[in-house]
Amino acid sequence: MRTITGALAALAMGGAAWAEPDPADWDAVTETARGQTVYWNAWGGSPTTNDFIAWVGRRVAEDHGVTLEHVKLSDTASAVSRVLSEKQAGQHAGGAIDLIWINGENFAAMKAADLLFGPWAWELPNWALVDRTKPVDVDFTVPTEGYESPWAAAQVVFMYDTADLPEPPRTVPAIAAWAAETPGRFTYPQPPDFLGSTFLKQALYGVVDDPAPLLDPADNADYDAVTAPLWALLDQLTPNLWRQGRAYPQTGPRQIQLMADGEIDLAISFSPGEASAAIANFELPDTVRTFVPEGGSIGNASFVAIPYNAAAKAGAMVVANFLLSPEAQARALDPQVLGYGTVLDVAGLPDEDRALFDGIDLGIATLSPDELGTALPEPHPSWMERIEADWTARYGVAD
Amino acid sequence: MTDVRSQGAARHRPQRRPARVLPAVPMLATAFLLLPVGAGVLGTLAPAFGVLPAAGVMQPGLGAFADLAAWPGLPDAVRLSLVAGGVSTLLSLAVVTAVLAAWSGTRTFAAVRALLSPLLSVPHAAAAFGLAFLIAPSGWILRALSPWATGFDRPPDWLIVQDPWGLTLIAGLVAKEVPFVMLMALAALGQADAGRAMTVARSLGYGRMTAWVKVVFPQVYRQIRLPVYVVLAFSMTVVDVAIVLGPNTPPSLAVQAVKWMGDPDLAMRLRAAAAAVLQLALVLGALAAWWLGERAVAALGRRWIAAGGRGRREVWARRAALGIAGLSAAAVLGGLAVLALWSVAGFWAFPDPWPSGLTMQNWTRHAMTLNATVAETAVIAAVSTLIALTLAIGCLEAEMRHGLRLGAAGLWLLYLPLLVPQVAFLPGLSTAMLLAGVQGGTAAVTAAHVLFVFPYVFLALGDPWRAWDRRYGTVASALGAGPDRVLWSVRLPMLLAPLLTAAAVGVSVSVGQYLPTLLIGGGRVQTLTTDAVALASGGDRRAIGVFALAQTAAALVPFALAIGLPRLIYARRGGMRHG
Repeated sequence: MRTITGALAALAMGGAAWAEPDPADWDAVTETARGQTVYWNAWGGSPTTNDFIAWVGRRVAEDHGVTLEHVKLSDTASAVSRVLSEKQAGQHAGGAIDLIWINGENFAAMKAADLLFGPWAWELPNWALVDRTKPVDVDFTVPTEGYESPWAAAQVVFMYDTADLPEPPRTVPAIAAWAAETPGRFTYPQPPDFLGSTFLKQALYGVVDDPAPLLDPADNADYDAVTAPLWALLDQLTPNLWRQGRAYPQTGPRQIQLMADGEIDLAISFSPGEASAAIANFELPDTVRTFVPEGGSIGNASFVAIPYNAAAKAGAMVVANFLLSPEAQARALDPQVLGYGTVLDVAGLPDEDRALFDGIDLGIATLSPDELGTALPEPHPSWMERIEADWTARYGVAD
Repeated sequence: MTDVRSQGAARHRPQRRPARVLPAVPMLATAFLLLPVGAGVLGTLAPAFGVLPAAGVMQPGLGAFADLAAWPGLPDAVRLSLVAGGVSTLLSLAVVTAVLAAWSGTRTFAAVRALLSPLLSVPHAAAAFGLAFLIAPSGWILRALSPWATGFDRPPDWLIVQDPWGLTLIAGLVAKEVPFVMLMALAALGQADAGRAMTVARSLGYGRMTAWVKVVFPQVYRQIRLPVYVVLAFSMTVVDVAIVLGPNTPPSLAVQAVKWMGDPDLAMRLRAAAAAVLQLALVLGALAAWWLGERAVAALGRRWIAAGGRGRREVWARRAALGIAGLSAAAVLGGLAVLALWSVAGFWAFPDPWPSGLTMQNWTRHAMTLNATVAETAVIAAVSTLIALTLAIGCLEAEMRHGLRLGAAGLWLLYLPLLVPQVAFLPGLSTAMLLAGVQGGTAAVTAAHVLFVFPYVFLALGDPWRAWDRRYGTVASALGAGPDRVLWSVRLPMLLAPLLTAAAVGVSVSVGQYLPTLLIGGGRVQTLTTDAVALASGGDRRAIGVFALAQTAAALVPFALAIGLPRLIYARRGGMRHG
């Protein structure tokens, strides 16, 4: 046993002694990547996303000889746990995870704990195509500094079923007023589910007079004063929620299911194309449409990051770069495939690449970029943490 | 019996090499179970007491427990764990007892027996999703009744699933536990000589149920005590079923511990570890309480038996027993059936009783993934079951040849991996394995599966093995066969049916493992269950339907083989079919 451990340790040290791949020398990266297997840890709860990742795998195998394995997670944090366990056990090279679909708190936590490789993302060849006006270099106000690479843009919309609700309420206070009239027809995923927390942040934007303090750490502001209108609103709304707020859907997809089952009429979504994609997959009736609340909605991006001890960093970068290619971005945008927003500056692309995007039918429930408007920035993560904790204390543990 | 054994032993020739390995097998098996669980629990205790160097935490103390105590949901979460675990175990045992008392030995009972394997094969999470879709306000039962009977054209806002008292959770647990307890009780019944005891009691004028409970139950319960403890520990700590059916404001302690374990804030790992330790303490406390309850019931029961009541009016009790058992079987199988329907459903709105169209889209979409994962699942299940079976045969053979019987302490050790909540030792175990230089991979996952497969295999094989008539061995020895030859040529062939049943149980246990596969495999080992749970996290009923059917099939095929193979192999040797 000792000899085996010794041999493995020697092997691991040998690995650490190798030079890390340098993204600035892209030819060397693709050379190193050829033949590597990349384990991409990504949420596996959506068949359409899984299909898309499988397609990415086929494409990077064809073009770059990289084998992509999708490690389907039920929760991104289990990938964070794995890297943490590896670091705890002193496995500083040859880790089990090469690429993680990540954003927000998980990114902030991994970055703060020095669990990430980088910076590398801004050296990718396709980074030049990215639209910098989108939230691609800050993740929940935390600067990415090139430690993660964006691959999909997201913005909050509300989905409503025109068959039951022809004229939806278009502000959060209006939603509360509507719920008072027709109780039991609205809910949101239970915070700290990210979509539920997003609803709270969207609601906060809808009730504060001055959103400026939200972009700084919550401790710098008068947290109680800023959030007081939010709690007043929720105190009024909660008894009129689905199941009187005594139960909540646990995830976004379960919330969509409630809509398909006719239990609720209005639901939040973090993907403008989600409703169209769900209609294409028979998961929602074709009478569903979306809107952006008055005053705008929160937008962010999904990223991929590489753990500090990843075994196939070069391969991981090749995958990240492919995700930023017009081919992959256009495919993700198609609601028949995924319905994810692009992070590229489509107008600035060469004609032939732009044609890929022009040919896509965004679907009946998807808003045009003009209708979506400019996204509001995510508040600083400290707001989300404190609001989640307070929400749990107020509504999450009491019957 | 012991006489026969010592006579047999006296004729043994001087022991050769294999015989020297054999006595070590029980020790080996014990170490195999004890070390990982021990290492894992230590790995969880450390962060609970403030030591988690990888997250930069080194503050030994009780801070994590204070933090946990300050969580306002704690009383409800603890209450939910205790009530759901205790009540569902009690109910499961009651249903099994009632059905056995009322119907064992009758023709109706053959139907109960036939339903067992399919019921055991349905994965817990799938059963939970199926049940949820049956009984929810927008579920199938209300769809079938609406709007013609109920007047609803929208689902009513009723809190049925996820109710704060955990009633739906309890119902779901009972539906899945009854088949397991029944299987264990049937194995025990084989040794209880129930038929003759019943004849005596009935001839003294006792009603069927009263006679069974008074005469047979005490013998059966003695043997299924540990499995009942396992059920109690399991239902207190279950995560997948509780997320789907249980309340979430707050959830049960085990669910909350897993949520904290998954919190992006790494400091929450400490609170999660503290919750896992509390969960372990709760399980131990509940087991102790159950044990005390057993004593009390035994004392009262003896008085009740001695009082001599004959209990004649049993018709309604018998029907009720069958009705409740039928309901719980219908919940599982009906749930699976509606999930199967969902897997081919187009859009399906309330209150339509059937989907508006059928599509194979979901099956074609998942076909490729299924092919790959089925192979991996099968390899892991086959190898871990084979190892577990070898260890179990080694232990039982050592017991038979050398009298090395696992004592009470040994039995507890055997059940350790099933009694200690998985969330309390698996994260620690995965760190420990990394420290030992073991890379997560198919081999490591297979080894981890043996931990959970072995106790079940040993349990399923132990009783038939001991019930085997040793006089066959004596005859073979007298004819010059050594102990090895007796094992290979006489005992194992005669025990083919129980061996295959034990293997089928082992395979179904391996197929169902989620946390061990995920945590030990570092996510790189994908089985049907890891894929199914990942998809279940999205709540897509169509995908869940596809995987639930695949999982059920994966567990059901070995059961079918276990029943069919002996008939095929011994088609021309009728005498072997009753070994």
